[in-house]
Amino acid sequence: MTIHLSIVLFLPLATGISGAFMPRGTGRWAVLAGTVAVLAYVVVMLIDFDSGGGLQWVTNDEWISELGIHYSLGVDGLNLFLIALTAIAWAACTLVAAFSRVERPRLYFFHLALAETAVLGAFMAQDLALFIVFFDLMLVPFYFLIGGWGSGERVRATTKFVIYTLSGSLLMMAAAIALGVLATPDGGQISFQLAELEQRPLPAGSQHWIVLLFALAFFVKAPLFPLHGWVPETYRSTSIPVLALLSGVLSKVGVYGFLRIVLPVMPEGAGYWQELFIIVAVFSILYGSILAFSQDNVRMVLAYSSIAQLGFIVLGIFAFEPKGADGALFQMLNHGLVTVPLFLIIGVIAARARGSESLSELGGMAFRAPVLAALFLIISLATLAMPGSGNFVGEILILFGTFQDNLVYGLVAAVGVVLAAVYMIRLFQGTMHGRVGPNVESRDIDRVNLAAVAPLVAVIVALGVYPHFVLDRTSADSGAKVARVSPEVSVIK
Amino acid sequence: MSTLLAAAQSVQAPKIDYKELSPLFALAGGSVIVLMVGLLSSRFVRSVVVPALTAVSLLTAIGLTIWIWEPGNQDPILRGALAVDTLSLGLSMLFYVAGLVTIVLSLRSTATEEAGHGEYYSLLLGSIAGMVVLAEAESLMTLFIGFELLSIPLYVLCATHLHRRTSLEAGLKYLVVGSVGSATLLYGLALVYGATGQLEFGAIARALGGDAVSASDPLLLTGIALCAAGLAFKASVAPFHQWTPDVYQGAPTPITTFMAVATKAAAFAVFIRLFDHAFGLSQLDWGPALAVLAAVTIVIGNVGAIPQRSVKRMLAWSSVAQAGYLLAGVVVGTELGVRATAFYLAVYLLMNVTAFAVVVARERVSEHGDDLRSFENLGTLSPWLAGAMTIAMLSLAGFPATGGFIGKFYLIDASVAGDYTWLGIAIVIGSVLSLAYYLRVIAVMWMGRYEVELPTIPPRRVRPVAGWSPEADARAQLEVVAVAVLFAAATIAVGLWPDPLFDAARDVSSALPGLH
Repeated sequence: MTIHLSIVLFLPLATGISGAFMPRGTGRWAVLAGTVAVLAYVVVMLIDFDSGGGLQWVTNDEWISELGIHYSLGVDGLNLFLIALTAIAWAACTLVAAFSRVERPRLYFFHLALAETAVLGAFMAQDLALFIVFFDLMLVPFYFLIGGWGSGERVRATTKFVIYTLSGSLLMMAAAIALGVLATPDGGQISFQLAELEQRPLPAGSQHWIVLLFALAFFVKAPLFPLHGWVPETYRSTSIPVLALLSGVLSKVGVYGFLRIVLPVMPEGAGYWQELFIIVAVFSILYGSILAFSQDNVRMVLAYSSIAQLGFIVLGIFAFEPKGADGALFQMLNHGLVTVPLFLIIGVIAARARGSESLSELGGMAFRAPVLAALFLIISLATLAMPGSGNFVGEILILFGTFQDNLVYGLVAAVGVVLAAVYMIRLFQGTMHGRVGPNVESRDIDRVNLAAVAPLVAVIVALGVYPHFVLDRTSADSGAKVARVSPEVSVIK
Repeated sequence: MSTLLAAAQSVQAPKIDYKELSPLFALAGGSVIVLMVGLLSSRFVRSVVVPALTAVSLLTAIGLTIWIWEPGNQDPILRGALAVDTLSLGLSMLFYVAGLVTIVLSLRSTATEEAGHGEYYSLLLGSIAGMVVLAEAESLMTLFIGFELLSIPLYVLCATHLHRRTSLEAGLKYLVVGSVGSATLLYGLALVYGATGQLEFGAIARALGGDAVSASDPLLLTGIALCAAGLAFKASVAPFHQWTPDVYQGAPTPITTFMAVATKAAAFAVFIRLFDHAFGLSQLDWGPALAVLAAVTIVIGNVGAIPQRSVKRMLAWSSVAQAGYLLAGVVVGTELGVRATAFYLAVYLLMNVTAFAVVVARERVSEHGDDLRSFENLGTLSPWLAGAMTIAMLSLAGFPATGGFIGKFYLIDASVAGDYTWLGIAIVIGSVLSLAYYLRVIAVMWMGRYEVELPTIPPRRVRPVAGWSPEADARAQLEVVAVAVLFAAATIAVGLWPDPLFDAARDVSSALPGLH
């Protein structure tokens, strides 16, 4: 029982609230300091983490006894690096936002801080109801951030985003309550604690529909192929630092939910839908890759590439092989680490082209911006999974896992790797090389963005060199989650 | 003569427990005193002393209620006419709080001026007394008396904006529809009496449990159906909700606030006591029917709210939808269901009072009245009001960290545990639909100018009370803003720390021992 996680969790919110009541100019620095402090705390946790030691820094108090909801937080191999990703992404994006001109800054930074608390909470929660609380709470700040500080059809976009996501998560809430009620033994006290739920077997028939509702929520959030309707408008209308967080970090919460909740608590249900979810994942890979290749707007290239990447992650999880789950977890981290700087760089590029984000109007920036081009190149190569990058390791593990499980799906998914190379190189060439675009006035990356992007690039390179820093810490836990399912595969085969 | 005297001696008057009746006396006495004092001609007396006396009367009732609060099953008093138990006392608290809020919101309203202060506040207290009787009713007779005592003052109160046509229309409409509801209820009560031969709820429940009356006797079930319809009028459960938007919009907003929260709570108090207690053994027969009614109400209420421009109308439709959620707790007929309903009623009070208080504040200063346009850019104009409204909307939509989330969680929990999982899903689908209109209010307040995509209705031009100047605005709103912020804070507090309210809900449900 320690207080460390509670400090990390509520520090951003505390700085956000105090920032809201500070003088106009200073609130943002309070929030920035908060995100940096969280990052520092998380770095210490990374060093202190005991590999394979199960849940650590556990906090477990009764919150709402009537409903069996516990305030239960903990960190293990599954969420350690996702928490680290959240911390570093928020520090980078808040840094960029703090140095840009923002209307109603106190409100903006309050929402940014609240969002960090909500995301950290969703990653740390060890109680299903608490997870849902944070999962839904995330939407509130993002609703305001997109609708209040976005551009274009922002209100439409944000409404669509919230309705899509909340439809999924409210159905998940109903499913979670059903799970809690049905799993309660006669005369027992209802509980939503994950550790408790894992011990309470649920009839297979109930597991089927409950897993489906959970998957609906997670697929919308990710997003995956048929449920990505909110993506185009939201990506177009959201401001860059917020979009970097939305795409880089928020998308992981859903897929993380599969590993944390669905597989361990409802292994039979997960096994039942394996085939369907793998097909969804493969479709997402192909659909996302092909659309990413045909987009003109730079953001949309990344939007669709995210769909493809998340398809890979889901594929890895539902291979139900330790390697696949390892790869999926590693790929969540990698995808976040490349997406955040990619969006920040897009912001930099757009600033040098009078706000244009169209590939047909960009180009030829590298010559006058060598540092920008070099950073962009490293990130692009990592994204397309060049050997020597962390993404390469992640995708190879996922594919190995899939091959072991089902060769055909593995082969189809491997096409996605090739397509990724095509669209990322097209993106890089279209902005950095070729004819100089009509409105482009190239100059090198500014110091603020450099300070935000460079550390992320350093982490990307470091993980490419030494992926075992992550894998050693995660594999024990990810393997354990998958192990619960494996014997029950082949329900529909 | 002597025989008459002898007969009179043999009549045993029921023992009256004055202690348990004391809150009711406070209300009735207060009503009379307020009416009398209101006759004085001094302006100070009418606009300050009269509301203050009304508030004192309500506070006295609150104090007396706390004094006689005792969890557990209590024997009915007055020969089984009234049950002063935690169910009625707990829900009475909601009426009192709603009454206090109405006083504060009415302080600068023109309605009190036009109707006469004494009459206005006296009728308000009378209506609250009716609600208390209704919540305590343990026999079919007292039920109907409470029902009428609650309704008749409300018909008048709706029409207190004497110079506004819509207010008079609202009063008339409410009177006509309400009378139909009362008649239906009365007919249903008569059939129930005919089927069981009993007036008291406890006796009805025992009759259903014995061999004399079958729990699925057609006469009884017809009576139950008519009772449900009559109460559905009051609780605005579909398809008996059509009056709600018009009356809510037409009535003076403080009265709308009172109707929205207190009348609904009173109607659900009867729903709980009549259906879960008296008719509890027929639950298998009426349960599915009411469940369908609840689901229909949820859908109709939420769909109806989507195209509204007037925030009062929107909240009226939203209150229809909320009635559907609340009904889910009654349908399951379990102790958990009663708790969930009571809990949600309290949360419902908090969030609706917040929303209506903000409407009152806007109505007084904006030329657009309660139209969505009067909320435009409120985030910059008045962050406190906009913040309160935002919390109310998020809570009504069921976002976490607000009372609305916990309330819905509890109701879904009760539905699933009571084998009505599909009703839980209906609540969820309703919540999704409701996002369309709750989020629109938030967007209008915070996200700058943006036209709501609706059929264009010419914006209404209303003369604001305070009159367009910032100084006047501030003066007109101080107490209203305070109410909005206070209740918004309470909504959040319940969302973060609901245990005290859970304890209260458990006490409330402990009054009905027969539930499983």
